[in-house]
Amino acid sequence: MGTVISVEGVGQRFGSRTIFKDVTFDVQEGEIFVVLGGSGCGKSTLLKQMIGLLTPSAGKITIAGHDVVRDIDAVRRIIGVMFQSGALFGSMNLLDNITLPLSVFTDLPATARVEVARMKLALVGLADAALLLPAEISGGMAKRAAIARALALDPPVLLLDEPSAGLDPITCAGLDQLILDLRDTLGATFVVVTHELPSILAIADRCVMLDSAAQGVIALGRPKELRDSSTVPVVRAFFNRETL
Amino acid sequence: MVVATMRVSPGVIALSGPLSARGIGRLWEHAVSAAREAGGGALKVDVSGATVLDTSGAALLLALEAGHGGAVEIAGADQHGVALIAQMRKVKPAKPAAQPAKAGASGLAWLAVARIRLEFFGAMVLALLALPAKRRFLRGADFARIAERAGLQALPLVIMLGFLIGMILAFQSAVPMRKFGADLYVANLVAISLFRELGPLLVAVILAGRTGSAFAAELGTMQVNEEIAALTTMGIDPETMLVLPRMGAAMLIMPALVVTMDIAGLIGMVAVLMVFGFPLSAISAQITASSGPADFLQGLVKGVIFAAAVALIGCRAGLTAGHGPRAVGEAATSAVVGGIVATVLLDGLFAVLIYRLRL
Ligand SMILES: Nc1ncnc2c1ncn2[C@@H]1O[C@H](COP(=O)(O)OP(=O)(O)OP(=O)(O)O)[C@@H](O)[C@H]1O
Ligand SMILES: [Mg+2]
Repeated sequence: MGTVISVEGVGQRFGSRTIFKDVTFDVQEGEIFVVLGGSGCGKSTLLKQMIGLLTPSAGKITIAGHDVVRDIDAVRRIIGVMFQSGALFGSMNLLDNITLPLSVFTDLPATARVEVARMKLALVGLADAALLLPAEISGGMAKRAAIARALALDPPVLLLDEPSAGLDPITCAGLDQLILDLRDTLGATFVVVTHELPSILAIADRCVMLDSAAQGVIALGRPKELRDSSTVPVVRAFFNRETL
Repeated sequence: MVVATMRVSPGVIALSGPLSARGIGRLWEHAVSAAREAGGGALKVDVSGATVLDTSGAALLLALEAGHGGAVEIAGADQHGVALIAQMRKVKPAKPAAQPAKAGASGLAWLAVARIRLEFFGAMVLALLALPAKRRFLRGADFARIAERAGLQALPLVIMLGFLIGMILAFQSAVPMRKFGADLYVANLVAISLFRELGPLLVAVILAGRTGSAFAAELGTMQVNEEIAALTTMGIDPETMLVLPRMGAAMLIMPALVVTMDIAGLIGMVAVLMVFGFPLSAISAQITASSGPADFLQGLVKGVIFAAAVALIGCRAGLTAGHGPRAVGEAATSAVVGGIVATVLLDGLFAVLIYRLRL
C-alpha cells in the first residue's frame, strides 16, 4: 500500500482572511480518510483544492503522484467527487446523470449504459427512482444519487463531501456500510468529509481534524485513539460530545 | 488504452483484462448475445484473467446471467470480486431497464459586450478545434431542444412583430411621401430597410431577450448549483458540452427567423399599400426593382453573426455567474443588455465594412 494522496503545507486565504494554513497529511491506498471539524473550518475548501477547483494559496497536493494544480487532467481521470450540494444535473433524471459520464468516457452501448447506471443506483438503494428528476427526490436521495454518479466510472479515488449529513441514522448506517463495502470490494481510497460521530467511528481508518480558531490541523490519527487520548480540548469535546 | 477481451467456447465465456466501464464497452453486446445463445445449457463465465473487476464489470456479469436465463457459474473471481458480485446481485432491480428520458441543462449569467473576455472567446475557439475528439460531449437531444425553444417557439412573436413593423413603417412613411406623390416608393424603402437592417436587428433583439437570457439563466443556475464544477471535475468541459450546442442552435435557426421576419414585414407593408389603393403587381415590381438577392443575403449573414454573439454572450454570462440566486438574475440581465449592445455594435461595424467594400 502506497500513498495515494499527499497534502503538504497547504493553506487557503480568501483576501486577507486565512481559512487554514500548513495542512499536511497523506492518505494511503485503500484507506477511508475522514476530514472533520466544525462548520466553516474549511473542509469543503480543502476538498475543492484536492479536486482542482481551487488553487491553494500555499503548499502542494498530489493524487497518485500527479500534482493537482499542474496535472489536473490526469487527476480527474482517477477521482470521483460528490459535492456537498449533490450538484446533480437538474435537467436530467437520475439515470441520465449517471449515464452522462459513461457515454462520454466509455464505449458502452446505450442499453449497457442504462444497465450499468441502474446497477449503480441500486447500490445506493435508488433503483426505483431512476427516472425521477433531482427536483423530485428528497435531500437524502439526492446525496445517494450523487454518490452513485461519483461511482459511475468506478474511480480508484472517491472524495465525498458530507455524504450522510441530514440523513436518518438508518440510512446513514447503510451509507457507511456501502462505503466500507466499496472500499473492500473495489479497493478504492476514500476521502470523506463528515461530522457525524457514529459514521466517523464506523468507517474512518484515520482522520484529520481542522479548526477555524487554530486555522489548521488540530488532530490527525485514528478516531478511537483521538477520542480516548487526545489532549486537545476541542478534539476531546468533539469525540465525547461534551461542551467546552 | 487496454480493454477487456473475450473468448467463447462451448459452455464457457472467458473474460480477461479490465472489466471496468472503460474496458468492457466494445464487448458488452457480444458477450450478452453469447450468453443468450448458451441459454438452456450450462454456462460458465471465467473471469480469472480479469485485471480489474469493478461495479461496471459486475453489472456485465449480471447482464450475462440475465441474458442466459439459467444458472451461470462465475469462476475465477477473487474474494473481493465474489463479494462485489454478491452485493450487486442482492440489490439488482427486478424490473428490466427503462430507456432514459431526455435531459438538458439550466443556468444563468451576466455579461456586457465590453467584457467578452478574449479568454472566453479563446476557450470557445479551442473547444471548436477540439470538437472532433470531444464530439461525445455533445448531446443531439440538447441541440434539438435548444433549437426548438430558440427557433420554433419564437416564430409567432417574430411573425407578429414583423407584420406590425412592416405596417407601421409603411404607414408612417406613406403619409409624408404622399405629399410628393411618391408613396409607391414606400415599397422600396421598407423592403430595403427590412432586408438589410431591421430584419436581422429585430430578430437579434428578440433572440437576446428570449434566448440569450434563457441561456444565461440556465447556465447560471448550473453554476450556482455546482453542476458546472461537477462537469469540470468529471473532465467534461462546459464550453463544449453546453456552449457550442447553444451557439450552433442559435446560428442555425437565425436565418429562418430572419426570412420569416422579412416576409411578415413585407406582408404588413403590402397590406397598408393596398389599402392606399396600389395594386399588388405594382408593389412587387417596386420591391424587385429596388432590392436584390444581395440585400437579402447581407441580412442573413448579419443575422447569423448577431446570433453567434448573442448566444456567446448569454452563455458566458451564465458560466461566469457568481453565487446565489441573485447571480442568476444578474446573469440574465447582462445577457440581454450585452446581447443587444453587441448586436448594435456589430451592426455599426457591418455598416462601415459594407460601405468600404461598396457592397
Ligand atoms: N469562494 C470563497 N470566497 C470567500 N470565502 C470563502 C469561499 N469559499 C469558502 N469561504 C470561506 O471559507 C470558510 C470555510 O468554508 P467551507 O465551505 O470550506 O467550510 P466547511 O468546513 O466545509 O463547513 P461546513 O461544515 O458548514 O460545510 C468559510 O468561512 C467560508 O466563508
Ligand atoms: Mg462544507
